[in-house]
Amino acid sequence: MSEEKQNPVMAALSLMMRYRNFVIGAVLTGLVIVAAFLSTVWTPHSATDLAIRSRLQFPSLEHWLGTDHFGRDILSMIMVGAQNSLIVGIVAVGIGVILGVGLGLWAAARRGWTEELIMRFSDFTFAFPAVLSAIMITALLGPGAVNSILAIGIYNIPVFARISRGAANAIWSREYIMAAKAAGKGRFRITIEHVLPNITSVIVVQATISFAIAILAEAALSYLGIGTQPPEPSWGRMLNDAQTYATIKPYLAIFPGAAIFLAVLGLNMLGDGLRDILDPRLTRGR
Amino acid sequence: MALLEVKNLDVTLATSRGPARAVRNLSFDLDRGQTLGIVGESGCGKSMTALALLGLLPENGVTTGSINLDGQDLLTLNEDAMCGVRGNRISMIFQEPMTSLNPLHTIGRQVTEPMLIHQGMTRDQARDEAVRLLERVGIASAAQRLDSFPHQLSGGQRQRVMIAMALSCKPDVLIADEPTTALDVTIQGQILDLIADIVAEAGMALILISHDLGVIAETVDRVLVMYGGAGVETGPTASLFEHLAHPYTQGLFAAVPKLGSGGRRGQGARLATIPGLVPELVDLPTGCTFADRCNIADGQCAGTVPTVHDVAEDAGHRVACLKPDDAKRQFAPAEAGR
Repeated sequence: MSEEKQNPVMAALSLMMRYRNFVIGAVLTGLVIVAAFLSTVWTPHSATDLAIRSRLQFPSLEHWLGTDHFGRDILSMIMVGAQNSLIVGIVAVGIGVILGVGLGLWAAARRGWTEELIMRFSDFTFAFPAVLSAIMITALLGPGAVNSILAIGIYNIPVFARISRGAANAIWSREYIMAAKAAGKGRFRITIEHVLPNITSVIVVQATISFAIAILAEAALSYLGIGTQPPEPSWGRMLNDAQTYATIKPYLAIFPGAAIFLAVLGLNMLGDGLRDILDPRLTRGR
Repeated sequence: MALLEVKNLDVTLATSRGPARAVRNLSFDLDRGQTLGIVGESGCGKSMTALALLGLLPENGVTTGSINLDGQDLLTLNEDAMCGVRGNRISMIFQEPMTSLNPLHTIGRQVTEPMLIHQGMTRDQARDEAVRLLERVGIASAAQRLDSFPHQLSGGQRQRVMIAMALSCKPDVLIADEPTTALDVTIQGQILDLIADIVAEAGMALILISHDLGVIAETVDRVLVMYGGAGVETGPTASLFEHLAHPYTQGLFAAVPKLGSGGRRGQGARLATIPGLVPELVDLPTGCTFADRCNIADGQCAGTVPTVHDVAEDAGHRVACLKPDDAKRQFAPAEAGR
């Protein structure tokens, strides 16, 4: 960019171009959030009431994205389904962040056999594929939205434990940690005041990516019938329902599929964008 | 009883290749108002001694012997009690001012924290004290600087901040581990003068760790020369530089580059070095650690623990060498030539 003087609009545009991952990701993610919040107060039609007379309609002015085999409005279902996906993502990532980061920081602060124990436990949990362990947990606890959230959350714990331990270990070897020790601070205090703030960016980036994985996992579990149970709309279940009509009414699968795709794409791009912004060294290295 | 008494301090690090004796049988005393310089090459145990005093050795380190501060053995204290000593009664200034400050916290926060932890000050009291401290260490417009972040300061300013942090709780003992190594030569003198002034002012004891004999000669009263984890010579600065009683001290002194020495018009002179390498701490010789690099060592040196001789009794100048007379003779011609 050789032009020194740019008007504010151009400057804003060029800034957006520089962080286009972040901007596109934020817009897509924002769309999901807006849809979810809007659906709590307003949807075009009811997402759960059956209207057999208007079943399997093509998209129209009345039903923008058409209706399913029970005559439910697809757009409304997608909007309410966004709620579901968001809650699953927030709670599952929340479980992962709180327990995982806690364990990771503990491991890094204690070292020795505590670290060994925590990390080997993480490896053990991590060795099971996400969806498989989720199926296992729902098989034990029974199907349902809460159990699938729990399953995805448990899968997230070792992810965050590993990443925060690695990042925290790097911080612990910094000289300002030695200086903090020499100033008389204990391990706990150093962890909260020095280590955690310095690894926040890593955790935030991982959280957005794990959020996307959680949405995908929830959709997969619901598709398999062990996640969110009817009549609660969910993107995964909509895909399952659409399966039967895929040849005659393909839009039934395309719309919820597109919703999952855009939400996951948005979160991944947001994560990438955040990483570029929060860790400028990484961007320059590329 | 001296303020700080270190007796038979041993630090052993468990490494994959066996135990490494980083500090062996080190003893020294230090009183209020006294300054001690610890000199030696990299890896001779200087920094390990400092970390042992603060109880901050790496996890694979084991310390034996005793470190008495005001009659209390620090090695018997638990971690919580040591946290109350660190930064409060013993503080440390680190080598790298660039990386020893947390980049995410303001200067003010980092300088006030020790006071909040140890002295139970309120935030406002600590802030006022921090302004006073920063002014004392020579930082201009200190009050505004409190809200600066470390990256907004120069290296010299950051080292001044580190000094302010170390001084904030008026410690009894201040340890400065190569405080000027990372700084410009022009700043070095200022920082050393500042440390010396503050130590004298507050009547605290100073341990200055350096490999730079010039720094040591100008700043401290007493010198402890370390080699291979052991103290090889100790004495008042003047006496030590006058006698250079240990072959290693002589080697260190000869290795300081001098202007106008050597070839014609002082050019093309080779820098003097001590032949050989610092010994591996994992397999030190049983006797004198310097034996394999020493030019007066003979067969018995490597196998016999060197005896301690008085060089100048009244001044407490002592050297650990089996052949102090040979060492003296070796140094004499050099002295005549000066």
